[in-house]
Amino acid sequence: MNAPAIASSRPGTTAAREKFAHLLRAEWTKFRSVRGWVITIVIATLLTILLGVWTGANSQEGCPGGPCHYVIPTGPGGEAVTDTYYFVNRPLAEHGSITVRVTSLTGVIETGMTPEGPARTEAAVVPWSKAGLILTAGPSQGSTYAAVMVTGGHGARMQWNYTGDTAGLPGRVSAASPRWLRLSRASDVITGYDSADGTRWTKIGTVSLPKLAPTVQAGLFVTSPSYSATTSSGITGGSGGGAPTHATAAFDRVRLRGGWLGDAWTGTAVSGGSNSPYAVGSGSGYHQANGTFVVTGTGDIAPDVTDGTPVDGPLAGLFIGLIAVVVIGALFTTAEYRRGLIRVTLAASPRRGRVLAAKATVLGAITFVAGLAGAAGAILIGTPLLRANGNPIDPVTALTEVRVIAGTAALVAMAAVFALSVGVILRHGAAAVTIVLTAIILPYLLTAAFPVLPASAADWLLRVTPAAGFAIKQVIPQYQQVAGNYAPSAGYFPLAPWAGFAVLCAYAAVALALASFLLRRRDA
Amino acid sequence: MSDAAIEVAGLRKRFGPTLALDGMTFTVSPGEITGFIGPNGAGKSTTMRVILGLDAPDAGHALISGRSYRSLRRPLTQAGALLDAAALQPSRSGRNHLLWLAHSQGVGTRRVDEVIGQSGLGKAARRKAGGYSLGMRQRLGIAAALLGDPPVLMLDEPFNGMDPEGIVWMRGFLTALAAEGRAVLVSSHLMSELQETAGHLVIVGRGKVIADTSVANLLAAASGERVTLCTAAPAGAAAVLERSGAVVADAGGGNLTVSGLAAERIVALLTDCKVPFSEVTPHRATLEEAYMELTKDAVEYRAVPARGPAR
Repeated sequence: MNAPAIASSRPGTTAAREKFAHLLRAEWTKFRSVRGWVITIVIATLLTILLGVWTGANSQEGCPGGPCHYVIPTGPGGEAVTDTYYFVNRPLAEHGSITVRVTSLTGVIETGMTPEGPARTEAAVVPWSKAGLILTAGPSQGSTYAAVMVTGGHGARMQWNYTGDTAGLPGRVSAASPRWLRLSRASDVITGYDSADGTRWTKIGTVSLPKLAPTVQAGLFVTSPSYSATTSSGITGGSGGGAPTHATAAFDRVRLRGGWLGDAWTGTAVSGGSNSPYAVGSGSGYHQANGTFVVTGTGDIAPDVTDGTPVDGPLAGLFIGLIAVVVIGALFTTAEYRRGLIRVTLAASPRRGRVLAAKATVLGAITFVAGLAGAAGAILIGTPLLRANGNPIDPVTALTEVRVIAGTAALVAMAAVFALSVGVILRHGAAAVTIVLTAIILPYLLTAAFPVLPASAADWLLRVTPAAGFAIKQVIPQYQQVAGNYAPSAGYFPLAPWAGFAVLCAYAAVALALASFLLRRRDA
Repeated sequence: MSDAAIEVAGLRKRFGPTLALDGMTFTVSPGEITGFIGPNGAGKSTTMRVILGLDAPDAGHALISGRSYRSLRRPLTQAGALLDAAALQPSRSGRNHLLWLAHSQGVGTRRVDEVIGQSGLGKAARRKAGGYSLGMRQRLGIAAALLGDPPVLMLDEPFNGMDPEGIVWMRGFLTALAAEGRAVLVSSHLMSELQETAGHLVIVGRGKVIADTSVANLLAAASGERVTLCTAAPAGAAAVLERSGAVVADAGGGNLTVSGLAAERIVALLTDCKVPFSEVTPHRATLEEAYMELTKDAVEYRAVPARGPAR
């Protein structure tokens, strides 16, 4: 049976907590008893999931002869990687070193392509063209490695396992200004050095590659990523330009120490196969004469930031959900103001700050659960469908996937609480909805969905407006050692995921505090 | 602290240029219905909002059983109010409206069904409140006010929109609630709605109390000593009576209205002076007339600025 109509009051905090539970229950009853609100939330959630399923079922990555079914390789850290280069290699046992002099690094950008091959080329080396020494567990995609190299525009570097990157000597390599590089192995520990003259050496870095096989492949490598540039950006939208490139480097004074096995060099085009983004370039290969090696390669050894579909691909329905929760969040308070019901509410619960807290808690919880269902449904159903249709999906860790799904739900809930607070401040539903949608969604539309703003304005908008919160669903990290189109339209946000979300939270918190202040101060 | 169920002392409240409350002071006792009467704009609703802690007064205070409303832990168990019957979410059923209110006080579902029965909402409680007639909304508002079984009830214009049957029901219902020992404050701008139910009257105009009295006292005071005299010689009668200090007005059709003299004295004077007359009727004022008399200076038309000729 039911509890007695009037429960005995308990002293102190227990009573206060009990009271807040009463308020939560009252606000939940208010919400669930307006059928239109419940139906709107349910439909928005279902539409979000359905749009995810539709996206998954209808997107097909085109490769010659059907779907690609290209699996993006992952590095030792689980991230997506590009692992394509030309390798002049020999086996190396547990201890040894290789020293070399690089006397030139030149490149070619294939600016126009025809079915027969590059129609027009331009001699230029891209900044992240790489030539140097590499030691790798093997030629299979995503293998553990460490390398020292000269680059087209970023000086000498030591890089390892795709994401590791340390700078060495600056400057470009040329016949007049050559670079000496050395890579040495002591069991699992690899050390890279560089030198401008072959006598004074500087250690760039030491890395440990755990569980490195006793015998590895080591030698010279050259690779060169696609040229990419944002050629225009403005009212008409940004357009990116890109073209394959290849680089050629000249090495001499190769000196081997320690446990090198075999007595001949092998040329290997390391690549992910014909469906990989980097086909083996026509000019790839090497030529050895009089102790000088001329090696040409194309590709990159780096994290992959451009090729896959991010796991939030099927999440386009997020906007339906956002609009729905913003409208309902605002109405949850403004409907009471419109009809004078707020007086009934505040007469029943004179401690107004607690009423607002209860409203925000109930609305936040409902919209979080709805957002969770929508995001989880869209991603967990849509992504496997995308994969089944041959779309390469950016590999992400389970933790990242949880962050995207739970973060999207939190984004939705925070937008609802923001709308609720603005509703209390303005006491007018249409005005509150307009302002909140403008603040959250408009910047995103202008920068990411339909990028009409210049990059600097887009960057600024996504830092200072509540739309910064969309960063919570960014899947791929940005790497400074990879030239990419790090634009909002490509899924990149200027702020880190939680930092961006914190901006939205700050807006919601300030609005909630102002709403609480005004609610307590104003006559009802 | 006083024993008053509601104590209102020196309330002042200004809305922009309008002085809504100008020293409103009165008390409401348990066990009877107190009529809170005044023309529109007299400050009745504002006073009620201040009592409920909804509006903050510029000066003065209002207490429920000696405590300020906003300090009450479960206020609906101390005071129930019906301010505006239209304050509903139209798409929410009446029962769900009562349900959330009950939850906010920690009151059980059983009590919700009890007040639905008491207020005569019946099966309509499960329909959307947006479809209710004003009378049904008043009943729902009464049900909401009763949810916490409070010793104090405050109802703002509860007769509005009720059919005659509903008005009769409401009167009986309020009388019964007062008979249970509750303090019941009922506002109205029409005296006729309350003259048979209210035991005590607080008559207000322009934000302050004009009269704070029992119904019997008000009637006695307002009736005064006016007498209607029917005579074939109005001029002679007027001359005689005015000589004795009466104020005489011609009411037309051979009738005079005489004030300042008791009926017995008028009969004696006219008989002595041999002025013919056919009828002498002492005037009994209705509560309505007493009220009109009291508030004729206090009627505030919305179009007229608050600055009256008195200032």
